[in-house]
Amino acid sequence: MTAPHKTAAAEGYWEHFPHDADVGLRGFGPTREIAFAAAARGLAAAITDPAVVAPKQRIQITATAPDDEFLFIEWLNALIYEMATRRMLFSRFNVQPTAGGIVAEAWGEPVDVERHQPSAEVKGATLTMLDVNKQANGQWRAQCVIDV
Amino acid sequence: MDLTRFEKVSAVEWRVEPFGDMRVPAILYADADLVRDMDDKVFEQMTNVAALPGIVRASYAMPDAHWGYGFPIGGVAAFDADDGGVVSAGGVGFDISCGVRTHLTGLSAAAVKQKKERLADALFAHIPAGLGSTGAITLDDAQMSAMLLDGAGWAVARGWGESEDLPRIEEGGRMIGARPDCISDKAKSRQRREMGTLGSGNHYLEVQEVAEVYDDAIAAVFGLALGDAVVTIHCGSRGLGHQIGSEYLRDMALAAKEYGITLPDRELACAPIRSDLGERYLGAMRAAINCALANRQIIGHLTQEVFGHIFLKSQLKLMFDVSHNTCKEETHEIDGKRKTLHVHRKGATRAFGSGHPSLPQPLRDVGQPVIIGGSMGTHSYILVGTTESERKAFSSACHGAGRAMSRHAAVKRWRGRELVDDLARHGVIVKSPSLRGVAEEAPGAYKDAGAVVDAAQEAGLARKVARLRPMICIKG
Repeated sequence: MTAPHKTAAAEGYWEHFPHDADVGLRGFGPTREIAFAAAARGLAAAITDPAVVAPKQRIQITATAPDDEFLFIEWLNALIYEMATRRMLFSRFNVQPTAGGIVAEAWGEPVDVERHQPSAEVKGATLTMLDVNKQANGQWRAQCVIDV
Repeated sequence: MDLTRFEKVSAVEWRVEPFGDMRVPAILYADADLVRDMDDKVFEQMTNVAALPGIVRASYAMPDAHWGYGFPIGGVAAFDADDGGVVSAGGVGFDISCGVRTHLTGLSAAAVKQKKERLADALFAHIPAGLGSTGAITLDDAQMSAMLLDGAGWAVARGWGESEDLPRIEEGGRMIGARPDCISDKAKSRQRREMGTLGSGNHYLEVQEVAEVYDDAIAAVFGLALGDAVVTIHCGSRGLGHQIGSEYLRDMALAAKEYGITLPDRELACAPIRSDLGERYLGAMRAAINCALANRQIIGHLTQEVFGHIFLKSQLKLMFDVSHNTCKEETHEIDGKRKTLHVHRKGATRAFGSGHPSLPQPLRDVGQPVIIGGSMGTHSYILVGTTESERKAFSSACHGAGRAMSRHAAVKRWRGRELVDDLARHGVIVKSPSLRGVAEEAPGAYKDAGAVVDAAQEAGLARKVARLRPMICIKG
């Protein structure tokens, strides 16, 4: 397990957990949306060091799903799709609730192989270890395994 | 895993009789050391698969099995559509038809070594590899549909490779039953600029030396001789397959209740073969198989261009192309009767024995080549399918070494630059756009492929023909 990557409490934090072939991803935050944004930073960190990804361009993403867990999968898969088709990496995220889903902004820049040294591209978010809930301490936790 | 959870059938066969909701036994082929090193999740996943509707004979796991999603990686399971059998997106995986092909170069390893540096530089420059790379090909809608229907045949018709290659590819290079109309616009847009690209992660192109031959007669039929240089390419259906996998996994998980399927675990998402969703997934997955076959065919052609430029008389010849993330309709013998089944192989290779009608001559006389990729910088193996494997595991064998350590642990333990330098000292040139990617794929992060193929041979799944030593590795 990686040491949690904490920023200001209000921004939540993320961690990776071990999986044989792939990567386990967890985001934590005071709200579901902040936990989703933290997990997105963890997704970025599975590919590169988010600190070297400049938040130069902003894109908007919307996602809806029948429950919080599928919404989390939809959110991650939407980011993976945008990274793949725009050839971009993202490092900053703002997620807000909507009726039945979320609307989010992601900031990043086009892939620069020399500078970003991206490792494996993420293929998709799996249902393995998928769990989104508010814990006893009041923090939201959103987790699943991502296929790389 | 704890060996006592299994009934020991032999030194390389471990059985779990049905318990709980299991409909059939679960059978694992591996030696005791490999089993001990496997994650407990392999036990959980192979027994969960045994509980799915319509499963036939047993849920199998290969010697390289490890924790997957739903199915274990290295899992094999066949389903009978007449008995409510299912198709599972998780049982195929996100990288649909990820696979391996080996080309004969007609050159000796000694000749290649004389121009090794130049060859490595040229291959790295000519073949798009790594995250964010794009190919020189952009597909419009009509070309996309044609590619999805005709696979490697589409590529050959456009000048990428030779028509002689096609019989040396599973399904003759073209998977029938593909339905591009069952693939979303998003999946197609993800693929539009990715034809002829290696991808990243564990995908690679290697130039290898035939370092050892175990069976001279079969090696000769395959075109392999000690000291030959060969090229092996490992990649899949790229973004198209990933997007299809993601979308259908979600759809199947949401629809399971509608179809009356109780899932032991949501990640086993599946749909009846005879259902609208099941048929649509099969159509989309078959089209993704064609995408993978076309992609490897194009990369084979790009490799030929480099070899033709550096070694003027070199003409690459395809030995064979196998896929290891598929669900295929095949005929197998069940209780003395031939039965059509949908065989899922998730991280497992089809391994037909001699006499199988799908194999072209002269391969039909000896059996199908089974290509087992090692990890970066370690040996790979060529095996041959056995007739015995049909009864053992629906003609299936292992697919690779299998990870022994997570990517994260690998990055903490090794540095990419040091690995590249160390492998260079051992005669292997590694070229990769990402040193972090190299660290994640460190040879020490994988199991010993030799132990895996030895177990496969002892279990009768396939027999060893040759061992390949890497000289150049282009990592995605």
